[in-house]
Amino acid sequence: MRTLVSPSTLRSPRGKIGYGVIFACTLVLFLLAFLFPLYWAVTGAMKSPQELAQTPATLVPHEWHPETFADAWDQLNLGKYFLNTLVVAGGAWLAQLAIDVPAAFALSKLRPKFGNVVLGLMLATLMLPAAALLVPTYVTVTDLPLLHLNLINSPAAVWLPAAANAFNIYLLKRFFDQIPDELIDAARIDGAGPVRTLWRIILPISRPILAVVSILAVVTAWKDFIWPLLVFPDTGKQTLSVMLQRVAIDLPLNVLVAGMVLASLPMVALFLAFQRQILAGLTAGSLKG
Amino acid sequence: MTSSSRVRAVPVRRKVKENLTAYGLLSAALVVFALFSWYPIVRGVLLSFQQVDFVNAPTWVGFDNFTRLFADPLFGVAWRNTLLFTGLALVFGFAVPFLTAVLLNELRHAKAFFRLAVYLPVMLPPVVTALMWKWFYDPGPGLFNSALGAAGLPGGQWLDSSGTAMLSLVFVSTWANMGSTTLIYLAALGTIPGELYEAAELDGAGLWKRLRHVTFPQTRFVLLVLLLLQVVATMQVFTEPYVMTGGGPDDSTVTVLLLLYRYAFVYNDFGSASAMSLLLFVALGVFSAWYVRLTRKADQS
Repeated sequence: MRTLVSPSTLRSPRGKIGYGVIFACTLVLFLLAFLFPLYWAVTGAMKSPQELAQTPATLVPHEWHPETFADAWDQLNLGKYFLNTLVVAGGAWLAQLAIDVPAAFALSKLRPKFGNVVLGLMLATLMLPAAALLVPTYVTVTDLPLLHLNLINSPAAVWLPAAANAFNIYLLKRFFDQIPDELIDAARIDGAGPVRTLWRIILPISRPILAVVSILAVVTAWKDFIWPLLVFPDTGKQTLSVMLQRVAIDLPLNVLVAGMVLASLPMVALFLAFQRQILAGLTAGSLKG
Repeated sequence: MTSSSRVRAVPVRRKVKENLTAYGLLSAALVVFALFSWYPIVRGVLLSFQQVDFVNAPTWVGFDNFTRLFADPLFGVAWRNTLLFTGLALVFGFAVPFLTAVLLNELRHAKAFFRLAVYLPVMLPPVVTALMWKWFYDPGPGLFNSALGAAGLPGGQWLDSSGTAMLSLVFVSTWANMGSTTLIYLAALGTIPGELYEAAELDGAGLWKRLRHVTFPQTRFVLLVLLLLQVVATMQVFTEPYVMTGGGPDDSTVTVLLLLYRYAFVYNDFGSASAMSLLLFVALGVFSAWYVRLTRKADQS
């Protein structure tokens, strides 16, 4: 494919040398900027506390202490916090699929009276910066109107607000809009009701968009900090991020760094496993308000 | 008469039934939107003019919350700091990813590696990134000063000096977020027809001119959309200052959201915190509305 620099320039001897130099520089720069910090963290976790306090720092650990990872797991009670985070992120994912998919389907294919008003009211929330809703949503979560439930310290305090996601509705509806109405009509003539149509016909052909919504949901929930910080004052209920921030000041550095490395592993593994889907869904995903 | 009303009755009943099914499928979404989006929007505006203590009923206090905010010397500081962060974050967070994307678009080897590497930080939890960089910035045994020392250069004070703390936060945020912007630009660059570059070259346009007259105009839309998004996102910066500096040194990294957090959850003054949210909304509303309009227009065409 023709880009900024023409292929003929690249083929000339000067072009070849120039390309080689620029390629090598970029490679080194990328290794230093994006991979070296990770090397630093992983090896840093395995240095002794005394070595970590040395100035200047050592490039390669003098003594290796891989057992720090096991220590960090026990000291920080990481198993429990992994489970907490998994419950919070998994529930947020399920809530978003269970609530937003039927809603987007109804708005796209059943087109009820005032459907456009509902859609407009949902999309209007995209214009609000998330931070502007932080305080009133927190106040609401402490005492749900009519029900008078307090969701503080319950994972539902993350799940339910996560499902009020206009961007999901927008993505899903846009995808459902592309599905020809004839498909729905054919199903109806065969006697399938709307729910059955959604389950049997729409969902199987919507896998790509469901993957995008799912990845966005899990990654957002795993990375979120400020909202879990507010709704989980009970230290035993906190997510990994909130816990790490809370204990950071009191921990020996090697244990803290080991804990951070372990806390990052699931997302990095998820990324390596699903990199194609994640990078493909990125253009849709990060254009979020 | 009877026959015609029966003919009409069937579609009407079916219409009612269809509407009921549709609203049945919408009901859960309507409940969560009502509880966690629409109601808090209204509540936020009301709270801005109320005093709340969660024990007694809220009382109306007019513009007291706003006057209290304006009287707080930190209020102006927080806005100035936030604008500084946004400004610096745009200089770096806008230029660096774009130039990186232009560069990567020219490279013919190891494409997959470059994409993977630049996006890796995006997958780290922001708290981990912030804590990790706090350790890198340590003026003693930290990574940066050790590396500078090894190169024979003097180290910096980074987070410990009010002159460099905000800039240090901008570096972290750029490193953590540039992966997504870079890859979006890269996708946009891939859609530029090669003939445009060829034609420009035949007209005698050099590298810089091709960049200016082909690359820029062809990616203008994506550039504008991401610019708006970055303004909105960076004005809400919280995790980096909260985790790395706590607003210091000398209040040099107190941001709007950090102050809002303090009002609500340290001083328990939810009225003033809401008033601050309202001001933030007004400040950012223009950008968000512009962004939504742009993307919807692009969708329709």
